[in-house]
Amino acid sequence: MLEFKNVSKWFNGTQGKVTALNDVSFSVQPGELLAIRGPSGCGKTTLLLAAGGLLRPSEGRISLEGRDPYELTPEQRSKLRARMIGFVFQQFHLIPYLTVRQNILAASLALPGKKASAKADEMIHHFGLDDRINHVPSQLSTGERQRTALARAILNQPKVILADEPTGNLDEDNAQTVFGYLSQYVNDGGCALLVTHDDRAAAHATRTLQMRQAQLVDQSNI
Amino acid sequence: MTIWSLLIREIMHRKLNFALAVLTVVVASGSLIGSVALLRIHDVRTDQILEQKEAELHQSTAQLNDETRKAMLKLGFNIVILPKDQNLSDWYADDYASKYMPEEYVHQLADSGIVTVRHFLPSLQQKIDWPEQKRKIILVGARGEVPNLHKNPVKPMVQPVPPGTISLGYELHRSLDMKVGDKVTLMDKEFTVHACHKERGNKDDITAWIYLAEAQDLLDKSGQINAILALECLCVGEEALPKIRKDIAAILPGTRVIERGSRALVRAETRIKVAEQGRMLIKKEKHDRQKLRSEREHLASILTPVVVTACAVWIAVLGLTNVRARREEIGILRAIGVGARHILVMFLSRHVLVGALGGAIGFAAGVWSAVHFSAAREEARIEISNMGLSLFGLLALSVVGAAALAVVAGWIPTMIATRQDPADVLREE
Repeated sequence: MLEFKNVSKWFNGTQGKVTALNDVSFSVQPGELLAIRGPSGCGKTTLLLAAGGLLRPSEGRISLEGRDPYELTPEQRSKLRARMIGFVFQQFHLIPYLTVRQNILAASLALPGKKASAKADEMIHHFGLDDRINHVPSQLSTGERQRTALARAILNQPKVILADEPTGNLDEDNAQTVFGYLSQYVNDGGCALLVTHDDRAAAHATRTLQMRQAQLVDQSNI
Repeated sequence: MTIWSLLIREIMHRKLNFALAVLTVVVASGSLIGSVALLRIHDVRTDQILEQKEAELHQSTAQLNDETRKAMLKLGFNIVILPKDQNLSDWYADDYASKYMPEEYVHQLADSGIVTVRHFLPSLQQKIDWPEQKRKIILVGARGEVPNLHKNPVKPMVQPVPPGTISLGYELHRSLDMKVGDKVTLMDKEFTVHACHKERGNKDDITAWIYLAEAQDLLDKSGQINAILALECLCVGEEALPKIRKDIAAILPGTRVIERGSRALVRAETRIKVAEQGRMLIKKEKHDRQKLRSEREHLASILTPVVVTACAVWIAVLGLTNVRARREEIGILRAIGVGARHILVMFLSRHVLVGALGGAIGFAAGVWSAVHFSAAREEARIEISNMGLSLFGLLALSVVGAAALAVVAGWIPTMIATRQDPADVLREE
C-alpha cells in the first residue's frame, strides 16, 4: 500500500545541510498499524509529510498503491491525498470558526459527495460527539478535538491514515480511545502509519519501527 | 460543505478584517464616484446658472426692447427714403422733398422681404398757404403703415388719419381754437378735426395731417408721394446705413436713402450694448465655471489616484494579515486534499466580495456626499435624478471596478496563500 524505498530528505539551512531522513525504506500494508517511534527531532514528522505527498524527498521513491505521488501534478497529488490519505496531528489543526460537524465536513471540500453529510453524522455518532455537534473547537476538550480530527481524517474513507503524535496532548483515557479507533480502522481493512514517541503506541501497533537521527534503526514485529 | 459556506463562515469569524477591507474599498470607490458625481453636479449647476442668466438677459432685453419700441413711437423714424433726384440741400432747408415718386414704391418695398428696415410710412408733405386761415402750414398726407409681408404685423408706430379728418399741431388748434369734432375747411374741402396734438416744440406744431389720398387730390399729386419714412432694424448692427442703402437700391433704384440721427438710435444702441454686456457677463460666468471645473477636475485627478492607491495598499496589507491568520487553516486544507486552485478561488472570492460590497456602498456614499457637498457649496441642491447620470451604469462601474481593485490589491496575498507550503506549517508543531 505505502512503500518507502531508500528515501532521503535534507534541507539546506543557514547552518548548512540538515538531513531529516536518511535512506529510509519500509512498507505498510492494509490491516497494518505501523508505529514509528523515536525522540523529538529524529525526522518522524518529515517522514509522515513525505508519505502524505506534502514533502518531496531529496532522494529515493515513495509509492502509494504503486504510484509515486511526486510524479503527479500538484492538483493531481491533492486529489490523490483527498482520496487515499487521512491526516491526524498532535495539534489537531481544526478550523477555529467551524463547528464539530463543519470541521468533519471540511474533508468533503476536496472530495465533494452527496453522502458526505450523512457520513459526517455517522462519524459524529461513532466518535461520541453528538452533544458537541454545534460547538466550535475552542469549546471542546482536547480529547473531543482529537476525536473530531480523527473523524475528519476518516470521512473520505481513505486507505491510509497518517497520524503524527495523535496522543501527544491527550490524557491516558483519551489516548486509549484514539488508539482504539485507529485499531478498529485497521481491523476494518485500512492501514495506518503512526509516528510517535508515546510508549503506549506499541501496545496497539501491529509493527513498530524505531527511528534515530533520520534513520530507521530497529524493527520488531508484534 | 462548500468553498462558499467556508468563505461566509470565515468572514463572520473575522468580521473586523472584512469590515476594514470593505471600508477601505468604500473610501476608494466613494472618492472616485464622488469626484465623478461632483463634476457632473458642477456641470448641471453650470447649465442651470447659465440658463437662468440667459433667461434674465432675455427678459431684460425684451423689456428694453419694449421700452425702446415705446420710446421710438414717440421719437419717430430714422430712415427717410427720397426720390433719387431730390436735392438734399433743398430737403434739409425745407424739411420736405420737392421731388416726387410713385406711392407704389412703398408696396414694392414691403413686398420685397427686406429685413434691414421696417415700419414703412408713405407721406406727401408740402409747405402750403392755408387760404381759409391766411397762414403757412405744413400739410402732411399720410396713411397707415404698410407692414412687411414676411413679418407678423405689429402695432403701427403712427396711427393713420382717417379719410375726411384732419389732425392739427398744437399751434394750429390753439390759435384757431379748434377741438376734436370741429369742422374746418382746407383748400375748399371740409374736414373734421380728428386729433389735436400736444405741444412738441418743433415744426409739428404748425403741421396738419390728412389722409394721403386726400392730400394727393388737394396738391394735385395723384398716386405720388415725396417720402417714405422707415425704421432701421436693430438686427443690422454696426455700419447699418450702407447695408440699408444697398438693400433699398436693389429694390427701388429710383430712390435715395438718408439717415436722421435721432435719440431713438441712441436708445437702441444702448439696448444693444446692454444686451452685449449681458452676454459678456454670461460668457464670463461660463469661463469662471469652466475654470472652477478644471480646478476641481485637476484636484480630483491627483487626489483620487492617491486615495485609490493608498486604499489598494491597505487592502493588500489586510489581505496579508488574513493570509497570515489563516496559515494553519490553509496548511490543513491542503493536507486534507484541497487543491491550490480551491484556495485561490476562496481568497479571490473574498476579495471580489469585499470589492463588490465596498463598491456598492462606496457608490451610495460617493453620490450622497457629492449631492450634500455641492448643495452646501453651490447654494442649490441638485437631485440625483437631475444629474443626468446613468446611475445603474455608475453603480455597475463602481461594483465591478472596486471588485477589480480588491482583486488586484489582494493578488499578492492570494498568491502567497496558494503557494504556501503546507509542510512548512505542519512541521512547525
